[in-house]
Amino acid sequence: MSKTQVNMTVNGNAVSALAEPRTLLIHFLREEMNLTGAHIGCETSHCGACTVDLNGKSVKSCTVFVGQAQGAEITTIEGIAQEDGTLHPVQEAFREHHGLQCGFCTPGMITRAWRLLQENPKPTEEEIRYGISGNLCRCTGYQNIVTAIQAAAADLSIKEAAE
Amino acid sequence: MNAHTSADTERVEKLQGLGSSRRRVEDARFTQGKGNYVDDIKLPGMLFGDFVRSPYGHARIKSIDKKAALAVPGVVAVLTAEDLKPLNLHYMPTLAGDVQAVLADEKVLFQNQEVAFVVAENRYVAADAVDLVEVEYDELPALVDAFRAMDGNAPLLRDDIKDKKEGAHGPRRHHNHIFHWEEGDEASVNRALADAEVTVEELISYQRVHPCPLETCGCVASMDKVNGKLTLWGTFQAPHAVRTVASLITNIPEHNIRIVSPDIGGGFGNKVGVYPGYICAAVASIVTGVPIKWVEDRIENLTATAFARDYHMTGRLAAKRDGTITGLHCHVLADHGAFDACADPTKFPAGFFNICTGSYDIPVAYVGVDGVYTNKAPGGVAYRCSFRVTEAAYLIERMIDVLARKLDMDPAELRLKNLIRKEQFPYTSALGWEYDSGDYHTAMNKALEAVDYKTLRNEQARNRAAFDRGETRSLMGIGIAHFTEIVGAGPIKNCDILGLGMFDSCEIRIHPTGSATARLGTISQGQGHATTFAQILATEIGIPADDITLEEGDTDTAPYGLGTYGSRSTPVAGAATAMAGRKIRAKAQMIAAYLLEVHEGDLEWDVDRFQVKGNPEAHKTMKEIAFSAYNQAIPGLEPGLEAVSYYDPPNMTYPFGAYVCVVDIDVDTGVTDIRSFYALDDCGTRINPMIIEGQVHGGLTEALAIAMGQEISYDEIGNVQGGNLMDFFLPTAVETPFWQTDHTTTPSPHHPIGAKGVGESPNVGGVPAFSNAVNDAFAHKGLTHTQMPHDHWRVWKTAQRLGLTG
Repeated sequence: MSKTQVNMTVNGNAVSALAEPRTLLIHFLREEMNLTGAHIGCETSHCGACTVDLNGKSVKSCTVFVGQAQGAEITTIEGIAQEDGTLHPVQEAFREHHGLQCGFCTPGMITRAWRLLQENPKPTEEEIRYGISGNLCRCTGYQNIVTAIQAAAADLSIKEAAE
Repeated sequence: MNAHTSADTERVEKLQGLGSSRRRVEDARFTQGKGNYVDDIKLPGMLFGDFVRSPYGHARIKSIDKKAALAVPGVVAVLTAEDLKPLNLHYMPTLAGDVQAVLADEKVLFQNQEVAFVVAENRYVAADAVDLVEVEYDELPALVDAFRAMDGNAPLLRDDIKDKKEGAHGPRRHHNHIFHWEEGDEASVNRALADAEVTVEELISYQRVHPCPLETCGCVASMDKVNGKLTLWGTFQAPHAVRTVASLITNIPEHNIRIVSPDIGGGFGNKVGVYPGYICAAVASIVTGVPIKWVEDRIENLTATAFARDYHMTGRLAAKRDGTITGLHCHVLADHGAFDACADPTKFPAGFFNICTGSYDIPVAYVGVDGVYTNKAPGGVAYRCSFRVTEAAYLIERMIDVLARKLDMDPAELRLKNLIRKEQFPYTSALGWEYDSGDYHTAMNKALEAVDYKTLRNEQARNRAAFDRGETRSLMGIGIAHFTEIVGAGPIKNCDILGLGMFDSCEIRIHPTGSATARLGTISQGQGHATTFAQILATEIGIPADDITLEEGDTDTAPYGLGTYGSRSTPVAGAATAMAGRKIRAKAQMIAAYLLEVHEGDLEWDVDRFQVKGNPEAHKTMKEIAFSAYNQAIPGLEPGLEAVSYYDPPNMTYPFGAYVCVVDIDVDTGVTDIRSFYALDDCGTRINPMIIEGQVHGGLTEALAIAMGQEISYDEIGNVQGGNLMDFFLPTAVETPFWQTDHTTTPSPHHPIGAKGVGESPNVGGVPAFSNAVNDAFAHKGLTHTQMPHDHWRVWKTAQRLGLTG
């Protein structure tokens, strides 16, 4: 199948590559860009393991064609920490509050939580639960994930107040 | 021992050993997207495999035409059973003593069965070619009702074994019969039933479900033709067993096979078995000489690999009018699908289902199980439970409630009356298990107090009265469960898989500068072994957990072990870890004695060092001892500080717990709100409370999924239903309630550190607690039992049947 040129920004880096138009964004990121953080857990856009950030919105990259990401700004789990390696408060909170077990949903979950806290910096527990309801976790029962996101929200608001 | 000082406390805390809520060492990579799961593996020249699958539940294959598929640019090969036959690989042995078709041999026996394996340059081309393989079928009548499997006119499913009268577990009574297995004294139970003041009987079905880990199954096979070595990376919960099986079926010597389990994205029993994809990928790599990746998608996962449950259990209880239970009789019709691929210890075709007397002192019991073939996917794995233990717990916990209704007795009171008493441990059950330890009444009473049980029942009485007056359309249900698990398989004397004893292992190397590497025969799938097993060792050998690297999952480096499932890691490999640590300490003591110029017997262990009794100033820390082990010639001792332990457990461990669930059901919609859930778990010694709680949260959420919505069913012609995430219920954060956790601690007397295992208890106890709550909501309207899953539609149907809907 013929390939077309795709251009986008991934984690702040300009990317230009040839890809079949039918290539799914998740496969492009994982196999062409070697960004294997986001995962594939289903093919019906239910599980959210493939969640990445596209132009400021959480999307399930298993149901986005690479062509639909033409010119887009994309952030994946690999782009959440600071360049010097300092973890984002959401990443820190997941570890501190045991918000992950097998780790397979974690990249999608953290990428979603990172966006959620930008959309709603002070979410209630209910808002968090609805806000991550597109991301399935089979290990944790969500309780510690919710706690982690609450803790990250508090941490971020302290940091913002200090700035 | 020394007086407790703050310096001692500081040294203990520095170790982060037993009892510490140590943060997980795994999380640094997982939170940054740096995990390494099988689908992340990328090797030069790697090709992709994908399956052509059967659209029919039961059909004869007339022809397979590969031409169009092979003509697609980028397609390298299309394998069928005919290609595997010369290698004798078209069938593979199952863990249950049956064989399973790797690629369908003349017939397909379940929808989505593997028919052909396409190998292509990438997954897109492979998928294109899958659509172009033309298979002609003659459809046959499908058998989907287990109750009709042994009818005289039931279709013959397994042509390949139709003349085989003797199965792996004794005689077969019918061409669709797999085995009959029984335990206990049926005559005595029948007498107890005949003499009983009260009896109850109920058919309790536990529907077919699926473990559905978020990562599906997959592998990368790579045959190095120069060195004759096959490497297989994959989602394996038991890498060494896979190596042995792979060697037996391929005739590649075991030392030339390397199995690697990289990070695994959840297992829950799904990744214990050997699947056709693994065999096909390995064969394709042997044939092509390049690495082959096979990763199933979610629909393939749910419909072809490893279902769980599908047990139809008829229970009968005999009791006195005061509630004393005098006997249990149970017959199980077990639907095993098209091939018997159950993952049980070989001598236990129904797993440990004979733990079905549960937490109760039942004097006589009998259980009989008949396994049958149907046109459904093979599997029968232990989905987050020890082998068939959740089925057993569901049976007895439901039956106790059924008996309580009949006696018009409170279900909590009936449980308290029949629970095994503390002084009866070690307790030998009527079906032959020796329960190691327990304090059931303390757990049950603590649970009832914590939820304020009396107040809940009073509220329920008011709710029922208000409902009858027409003031509310909501009914309140209270579900109780007191479960006993049996985990840690297991003693070699009665537990093996294909002849491999179910011991486990740990190898420790202490390095000269006082850090350590430990390798185990198990493999974590999210349980946090690298964190917790280092904690066990930290306490045993006095090296901080942060200075201990733990490795699992690579058969070239790890000692032989039987893997991680059935909550066996802590009871078996955890014990091996402690025992290997003690061997290290024993040698360290000899070294310390030499260095301190005293007799070994004059030394005592203190946190991280050996010190002279009565003179703690004279001491050598493990760090100092480690260096000496490598730089001094000590008379009578070999240099180095290493140990290995293969641990054959003397007994299983028996975790237990008491759960209480409260639900509110809207009778007009069937919507069931989980108002609260309290879970008290006793898993013996607690290694890492944070991780234990996380395990309980996760297990309860899986129990919620099973009890309230999960089902893989088949229509009358064998079409699978519930085989994708649109239809198969996985709870989101919205449906999942808050979990209130609690514990008691009753150590196992035979485990080196007293631990029992915890990961599966919440599934075992959770399912009956939910189900009992739903049944309880309607109990006053005459309901004794309604089948799971309790999804909104079924709950509404129940309300309708009872005449409660508008």
